[in-house]
Amino acid sequence: MNNRRNTRVLLSGPYLLWAVGFTVIPLFVIIRYALTDETGAFTLNNLFAIADPINLKATVFSLEIALMSTMICVLLAYPLVLAFRRLNLSKNRFMLFILILPMWMNFILRILAWQMILSNNGILNFILGKIGIGPLHIANTGLSIMIGVVYDYLPYMVLPIFNAVAEIDEDVIEAARDLGGNSLTVFRKVIFPLSLPGLMSGIIMVFIPSMTEFVIADILGGGKLQLVGNIIEQEFTRSSNWNLGAGLSVALMLFMMVSMAFTMKTDHGYGSDGKAGAVW
Amino acid sequence: MVKRISAGLSGIYLFMIMFFLYIPILVMIVLSFNGSRSRVVWGGFTTEWYGRLFSNVQIREALGTTLLLAFISALVATLIGLLAALGISAMRTREYSLVMGVTNIPLLNADIVTGIALMLWFVRFMPLGFSSVLIAHITFNIPYVILAVLPKIRQMNMSIYEASRDLGAGALYGFFATILPQLAGGLVSGFFMAFTMSMDDFVVTYFTRGAGINTLSTMIYSEIKKGIKPEMYALSTIIFAAVFILLLIVNFVPDGGDLKDLVE
Repeated sequence: MNNRRNTRVLLSGPYLLWAVGFTVIPLFVIIRYALTDETGAFTLNNLFAIADPINLKATVFSLEIALMSTMICVLLAYPLVLAFRRLNLSKNRFMLFILILPMWMNFILRILAWQMILSNNGILNFILGKIGIGPLHIANTGLSIMIGVVYDYLPYMVLPIFNAVAEIDEDVIEAARDLGGNSLTVFRKVIFPLSLPGLMSGIIMVFIPSMTEFVIADILGGGKLQLVGNIIEQEFTRSSNWNLGAGLSVALMLFMMVSMAFTMKTDHGYGSDGKAGAVW
Repeated sequence: MVKRISAGLSGIYLFMIMFFLYIPILVMIVLSFNGSRSRVVWGGFTTEWYGRLFSNVQIREALGTTLLLAFISALVATLIGLLAALGISAMRTREYSLVMGVTNIPLLNADIVTGIALMLWFVRFMPLGFSSVLIAHITFNIPYVILAVLPKIRQMNMSIYEASRDLGAGALYGFFATILPQLAGGLVSGFFMAFTMSMDDFVVTYFTRGAGINTLSTMIYSEIKKGIKPEMYALSTIIFAAVFILLLIVNFVPDGGDLKDLVE
């Protein structure tokens, strides 16, 4: 019996090799680039470069966009999940269906579509003009980047919360009702606390990628508004300063690890068993 | 009465979110029938771009690369992921947490960091091209498969396998006869998820591809400044419609598939 168990562990061999070769080693490589200059000498300047005025401005702007977008995603996700419960669609595949399907229209094309909707002489202003409002100047602002980010990452917030809420036993909610709880109390005391693991996954899955986004900012920011992702990308594609690009990436990674550790801490008894993957 | 109103409000809210999610897709579909090459001028209805689509060699090549990448990377990831999940589920707690920690890295790391780290590593021993992108896609796909299969293994009845072995089945035969059927649902969702992620990826591909190869994403990105070819809208509409129909069949035809496992 024990022997069979050990044999079974061996099955993960190919994956372990793969993970070391293409997940762990690359991380050491990027850290090495981050900690050296072009001559290969040790330096911390690439990491500290994140505090240079231009980079710091982009980082703070990214942080604002990421925090706001994450918050908006949370605010949009809960009513949606509750609406699904209300309409008795919780056990249905419909939610997954409507959230995954858009991913099959190319991501960049979807963002380009938003550019056309939001631009000064775009679809939104055209419609608003017909009813005598506007025009609104949303194009090339932080707001337009935020709309793109929320649009792209909303599914990653909704799915884990949806899963957590779908798992709540109907009896628990019935019991809360029978004991006199109104809808708000039931949400505050039962649904919300039980959805916390999903909320945590959602926050992580939205905050991290939106913090490092560069394509959406490229398209919806009109090339003028820079996120820290744009600066990193340019170090690799235009300036060819790989060490600096790696340094900024690692600095960002450290920042996110710290903020994530903080998020995990505030959540009770959750995090170590890789439940972040429960999105899928 | 109150119940009715709240159900009505729920319906309206659901509709609004769906409108938000699908309006850009609608825009792209409309554009694919636009007679004008411009993105802002409506030049009348045409199906010209659909006709021209398959004579455009560049687009055909990019589509081929994209599909091939998605298929091979999802397949390899499913194989490695299945073996990995079987092994991981037999590990002791300490090893288990360590390996799951590593498995979460590609999921939790920002795409840009994953892409750059792989690129910096690849340039040391191989040219950037199809193979490097493929390795990168397999790398970010494996975790999706593992996470789709692991819960199935936990629910699996291992005694059937033990029994088959005790009754004289070989390890391999026992595996195919008793374990694989129990994991099929998880494997299908893992494969589908991996395929979707590979098709939709831009950032990791962008950093690991080098010159010379294009997926649909990188091709569209390089065309943003000079103007997207309308054939691209037509192609995306076809892909979208095909998957829409496929998912409709799989999800809403009774017993058509087990895609719900994706979320579990």
